Amino acid sequence: MNDTAQRRIRVLLAKPGLDGHDQGAKVVVRAMMDAGFEVIYTGLRQTPEQVSRIALDEDVDVIALSSMAGSHLPFCRKLKPLLEANGLADKLWMIGGNLPAQDHDALRELGFKGIFPTGAKLDAIAAYIRESIRESIRENAA
Amino acid sequence: MNDRAQPTLKRVINESGLEVQPLYTAADVAASGGDAMIGLPGEYPFTRGIHREMYRKQPWTMRQYAGFGNPQDTNQRFKYLIANGQTGLNVAFDLPTQIGLDSDDPQAEGEIGRVGMSVDTLRDFEIAFDGIDLDKITVSMTINGAAAIAIAMYLAMAEKRGYDLNQLRGTAQNDILKEFIGRGTWIFPVQPSIRLVGDTIEYCATHAPKYSPVSVCGYHIRESGATPAEEMAYAFCIARAYADEVIARGLHVDEFAGRLSYNFNIFGNLFEQVCKFRAGRSLWAKIMKDEYKAEKPGSMWLRMIAAGGGGGLTFEQPELNIVRGAYYALISALSGTQTMALCSYDEAYTIPTEYSARISLRTMQILIAEMGLTETVDPLGGSYYVETMTNQMRQKMEEIIAETDAQGGIVKLVSEGAIQAKVSAQAYKMQRDIESGKFPKVGVNCYRNEHEDEHPVEFHTYNEDDARVQIASLNKVRAERDAERVARTLAAVGNAARTGANAMPAIVEAVKAYASVGEITKELVNVYGRYQEPIRF
Repeated sequence: MNDTAQRRIRVLLAKPGLDGHDQGAKVVVRAMMDAGFEVIYTGLRQTPEQVSRIALDEDVDVIALSSMAGSHLPFCRKLKPLLEANGLADKLWMIGGNLPAQDHDALRELGFKGIFPTGAKLDAIAAYIRESIRESIRENAA
Repeated sequence: MNDRAQPTLKRVINESGLEVQPLYTAADVAASGGDAMIGLPGEYPFTRGIHREMYRKQPWTMRQYAGFGNPQDTNQRFKYLIANGQTGLNVAFDLPTQIGLDSDDPQAEGEIGRVGMSVDTLRDFEIAFDGIDLDKITVSMTINGAAAIAIAMYLAMAEKRGYDLNQLRGTAQNDILKEFIGRGTWIFPVQPSIRLVGDTIEYCATHAPKYSPVSVCGYHIRESGATPAEEMAYAFCIARAYADEVIARGLHVDEFAGRLSYNFNIFGNLFEQVCKFRAGRSLWAKIMKDEYKAEKPGSMWLRMIAAGGGGGLTFEQPELNIVRGAYYALISALSGTQTMALCSYDEAYTIPTEYSARISLRTMQILIAEMGLTETVDPLGGSYYVETMTNQMRQKMEEIIAETDAQGGIVKLVSEGAIQAKVSAQAYKMQRDIESGKFPKVGVNCYRNEHEDEHPVEFHTYNEDDARVQIASLNKVRAERDAERVARTLAAVGNAARTGANAMPAIVEAVKAYASVGEITKELVNVYGRYQEPIRF
């Protein structure tokens, strides 16, 4: 885990399901790049299997989804066991987009700690990632 | 303050990059190109409107975007909107339908009926439009990747109900090039996608001559980050690409151009938008007349839906979106649109409720009933500011078109992801400007309420049961239909695509045999392949 401290934070940003709204996802990609992270953007129409496989192959620290068309809960329910099976339970799972407040608890229970609904600030997303990764390094070192 | 200390006015540059002066006079109009391009409504170059009497004769069509759940649910919403005075329908399809998946496809799970109505076979069209008079209410369908199939279903359904296809009106969005830039419901690679659009235009020109097979959309390009001038310029480039495809097959421009229509976005500066539409009208007429040698005035008309766009609405203080929607409707009316629609105030959250859709409808009705917007044609015409800015916007659009052509044309730039990267960089800059407060947005970066997180918005709920009902309905159709006829007509679809024949006649036959959206799409994918998105930043 020591290399995480040295290397740049690697973020996977995925567009789950069939939703074609990618304006926000691409804006976040640019913001994360400007924040100094390495960003892998999947493009549209990713299945849970694809997201989980890319996260593993790319050895990312952060697995982030951008969902605008309402299917976030069914998607995350399918994604969770796949990420766990790939040994990615210790990575930072995040989700942003059109996420009604009443779904936030369910998303958190599924393991998505970082929830950034419409209106979230770009700098707040970057700060959250930086802080969470720093914390996980500290925990692992302890 | 002494006399010499004149306050320095801050420069104002609109989103399209044009400087706005504190005052305009006749000299500005003359300097911007004079009023030679203005003319009269109903006369070339149609700056002031495509018809002489415009709304005095008939107000704009009111066409809210609607559809969710099963065709039964959507049929009820349609009837509710019509009962409340809506004069046209705009069908929202769910994502599986839009990208050519049947409801029982594993990829469709969780998405059925969520953002629009689910359609698998012709049976679903029969249910959705049951009891709606297709002569009185024109139907527009927001579908692109699978548009050829939806058009075939609509025509087959209308024919079955006894309508004369020679008289049938209606519109399909069917603008695939903009789907590659924004919105993302593509299926096939760029070239065969354009080919399929050409097939629909060619087919409708002979089989349903009053049907509008394409509505070229600046709307979603603007939502993706384009400026108002780019929105219209790129839409024109895309329309030219479709026109070129059809002309290459031997059609004369006047055989199809009169049925091309447009879909544009409204948010941002009021005057910039109004001038965008006035400028665009004259530029499109000029393109059709000079470049394409169109002779019929109808071929030169910029027929459009100008809709209040989601890009201007906010998640914060959602009730303010009702006010924004009213301004957008005003802009649309001042711009001489043919059709109007508004994103409803809750659309930053989800698809609209009956209540919010009705508020949007009433907003447009207030303009007609109370505000006098239908009484005089082009009421802003002759304003020094509006005429100057109209001329400048037209020039700006011409520059963008020339630049696009010089870089290899819109098809090449979209295929490479260059337009996508450009507008996405602009969207990022705009988001930064909003977050820093440089670009004011009420309720977002200024005039915020305390406890901003508490939004008492009641919104549309998704019915998980709809998916089960839809799949059962699909299975029933599959069991009842003539399997041999389905197999034969599906094979003919693949064959038409393979041989390069127009695929529409075969798609229509397959649809009539109750072949499904997913089955027909698979035949086409086998020949055309699937689009691979270029990722470029």
